[in-house]
Amino acid sequence: MYRDLLNKTVVEIKPSGIRRFFDLANTKKGVLSLGVGEPDFATPWNVCESAIYSIKAKHTHYTANAGLLSLRTELSHYLRKRYDLHYSPNKEMIITVGGSEAIDIALRAIINSGDEVIILEPAYVAYEPAVRLAGGVPVFIELKAENQFKLTKEELLEKITDKTKAIIINFPSNPTGGIMNKEDYEPLIPIIKEHRLIVISDEIYAELNYSSKHCSPAVFPEIRDLVVLISGFSKAFAMTGWRLGYLCANSIFVEQMLKIHQYIIMSAPTAAQYGAIEGLRNGQKYVDEMIVQYKQRRNLLVSRLNEIGLPTHMPEGAFYVFPCIKHTGLTSLEFCERLLEEQNVACVPGSAFGNAGEGYIRISYAYSIDEIKMALAKIEIFMEQFKKAN
Amino acid sequence: MEKELLALIEKNAKRDIKDLAAILQESEFSVWSTLTELEKNKVINGYHTIINWDKANVDRVTAVIDVTCQPERDFGYDRIASMIYAYPEVDTMYLMSGKTEFSVVVEGRTMQDISNFVGSKLAVVEGVTGTSTNFILKQYKKNGVIFADTDEEEDDRIQVSI
Repeated sequence: MYRDLLNKTVVEIKPSGIRRFFDLANTKKGVLSLGVGEPDFATPWNVCESAIYSIKAKHTHYTANAGLLSLRTELSHYLRKRYDLHYSPNKEMIITVGGSEAIDIALRAIINSGDEVIILEPAYVAYEPAVRLAGGVPVFIELKAENQFKLTKEELLEKITDKTKAIIINFPSNPTGGIMNKEDYEPLIPIIKEHRLIVISDEIYAELNYSSKHCSPAVFPEIRDLVVLISGFSKAFAMTGWRLGYLCANSIFVEQMLKIHQYIIMSAPTAAQYGAIEGLRNGQKYVDEMIVQYKQRRNLLVSRLNEIGLPTHMPEGAFYVFPCIKHTGLTSLEFCERLLEEQNVACVPGSAFGNAGEGYIRISYAYSIDEIKMALAKIEIFMEQFKKAN
Repeated sequence: MEKELLALIEKNAKRDIKDLAAILQESEFSVWSTLTELEKNKVINGYHTIINWDKANVDRVTAVIDVTCQPERDFGYDRIASMIYAYPEVDTMYLMSGKTEFSVVVEGRTMQDISNFVGSKLAVVEGVTGTSTNFILKQYKKNGVIFADTDEEEDDRIQVSI
């Protein structure tokens, strides 16, 4: 009755088609879940302790809008050392409330009504609504499994129009685990430069790259100032609940994005910022240990899924595998619903990530090896029973 | 793969070869032969279980004993050490830097057992000049495993999230 009073764009955002499945999976008892999108590790204790100490020391006020300068300085060192990225802590960085806020303010600062923004599917679910809420028009590129879900030059060229303002990329990718290397980016750089495309690069899984060093598109000098680099502490430092992210871009972009941030958010949580400083200074050994464990779990998962008869390519990043279920003849939602109903195992249907995800399911390995083994045993029973019945 | 294999089984010696092979992306034969080789070369010296004896209602007392001694010409500390670690009561033994020479972990059924052992066996080893016995009152963590009294921490993450 009051819907007419609401903002049209908000009302028109489709509730996810798989909401019902999610609600069921989240409320059902005794579920063995492989469905989470956050690390199972606890935040390293030195990070927690630093945040607790900051509260005891009464650092309980707002910080500078862009975040504590000491955190930005530490971040600038970290980005240079880890990824060969060069950003000024003073003018080219904002500490945000998670990567999510960074995505939002970046889009709002660049989009004029009707601008097109290219999104790569399968995609993290927040990109499309974020573009729409900013007044943009999402345009989708369906990435292909045979290209290991990488973006090709031809795919990009096909979707560029005179209204294209930006492209959102996310490598390592949720949900496919796909990555882009330097060689994969090279053919795209001249196109991005020629069309002056703003590249919103969500690199939240950058630390979780198992085959090579993560490559950001911002390392290419030709397009460095067209890139808005977004990342955060959630995945690398197992800090999802702390809600701390960051955004790096050229100073002209940052100046405008900071306006939105300062009026809407003021500043990111102070205790979390102190924790993050400690994470950047002394946390790498814990991150490295998590990477070793993720890689071991991934290897086990991919080997077993292929044995079970769910073709799965070896993803090179993030903590997801993306097995193909097309041969079962079921949709990804049907597959996940039946798996939940018959074996009490929860995975995420690929269709949650757009049309290009249909025919796949997302399995997370943010679980211990024993939990993964137990879930795999149940998936195996499910597949055997399915084969017998069909 | 040797180092990664060792790190894996250090944390869980029960992993079967099939899982280890999948985790390391190696063949089962290659994992098996590497393990055999490591055992032969005494890189792997045994497979033990971390037990919280308090919970098993078994009486056990552990003491860490600081031992001072006079090193010997030609042998240094090693001969005296061998006279101490030969006793089955000695679970673990280190040569230390600092005030005392050896740190000896001794296990027994009662405090009396351990006192008897120190008095009649350890302190009288030739070359030993003094002992100081520290009984362990409570074990909080062993080999990286926390012995918490609380139930296992529950996974508080929402079961399905994007």
